[in-house]
Amino acid sequence: MKGIISLFITLSVIWLLLSGHTNPLLLSLGLASVILTVIIDHRMDVVDQEGNRISYPPRLITYIPWLAWETIKSNITVAKLILDPKMPIRPNIFTVKASQPGELGKTIYANSITLTPGTVSMSVDGDEILVHAIDQGTADDLLTGEMDRRVTRISGEH
Amino acid sequence: MHLLTDTLSWFFLLSGGLAVMIGSLGLLRFPDFYTRLHAAGITDSFGTAAILVGLAFQAGLTLVTVKLLLITVFILLTSPTSTHALAKSALHGQLKPLLKEDGGASSNT
Amino acid sequence: MFTAALFAVAVAMILCLLRMLLGPTVYDRILALNSFGTKTVLTIAIAGFLMGRPDFLDIALVYALINFIGTIAILKFFEYGTLGDESLEESE
Repeated sequence: MKGIISLFITLSVIWLLLSGHTNPLLLSLGLASVILTVIIDHRMDVVDQEGNRISYPPRLITYIPWLAWETIKSNITVAKLILDPKMPIRPNIFTVKASQPGELGKTIYANSITLTPGTVSMSVDGDEILVHAIDQGTADDLLTGEMDRRVTRISGEH
Repeated sequence: MHLLTDTLSWFFLLSGGLAVMIGSLGLLRFPDFYTRLHAAGITDSFGTAAILVGLAFQAGLTLVTVKLLLITVFILLTSPTSTHALAKSALHGQLKPLLKEDGGASSNT
Repeated sequence: MFTAALFAVAVAMILCLLRMLLGPTVYDRILALNSFGTKTVLTIAIAGFLMGRPDFLDIALVYALINFIGTIAILKFFEYGTLGDESLEESE
């Protein structure tokens, strides 16, 4: 029930933000579409039962600026590699350990690895992530394990 | 104030355009599939976000900005997912990655 | 300013098309297609601003959704040879 209510509120807010209409006819049509979506989601059994996804956004606020800064730094590194005429790339493959207990924490970690250019997560097996890195420098950044620690912190008591 | 937002908008649009071009150049230049994934990552992560933020500075505080931010967040969420799916299916498809023992810098593709 | 950004994205799209034509493996082509789709989203958004019609953003949003689903669908089809579960296909 908690999941259904939070889904309903989220969908309504998104509908209002995307349409920007406030006249009664369109509002009722929007309400109808939101209710239809919730019913279909319930029938497909994809409504989140735990209802704990809501607790993520406040903790993400400390993580997103750090991730953005890391992304910009490694963007510059990879851009230099592309523009270098000799292209001194040293691709390598290694595994890192994901210490997050839950599925969602692992997903955030693997997605963060991929979002940072220079490292791509190739497959997730249990709590080991196979990573392809384009250069030793970007690989070393990941191997310090700081990203792992930060993701574990935000996905803490799961 | 207007001058400031205009300058910021210029900065983000131009650096985003530059990042998109560099990313595509890398997509063309890099020697094998797995390294090209990284080049596409530049376009998807920094280029897209910078161009959309630059447009948001032009729009000001309106619903248009909300839509731009929604597109940005959506692309930032989905592009790693599709990159990961690509890498995983290439790995399953027995596509051998080029490793540094093979010499690395080669341009004979 | 919008024209400059649009030009940059157009050049990038041509480079993507080249990779799509050259791409030795099918994965290279799918990667180039996905990248091309992202740039299409950017093109639609910038063109909307250039013409003074920010309503184009709705189309850009929908295109971003379709691009993601399309990439996943192509990959799934390529890897498993089917888009749904096999039991459904056998019963038909």
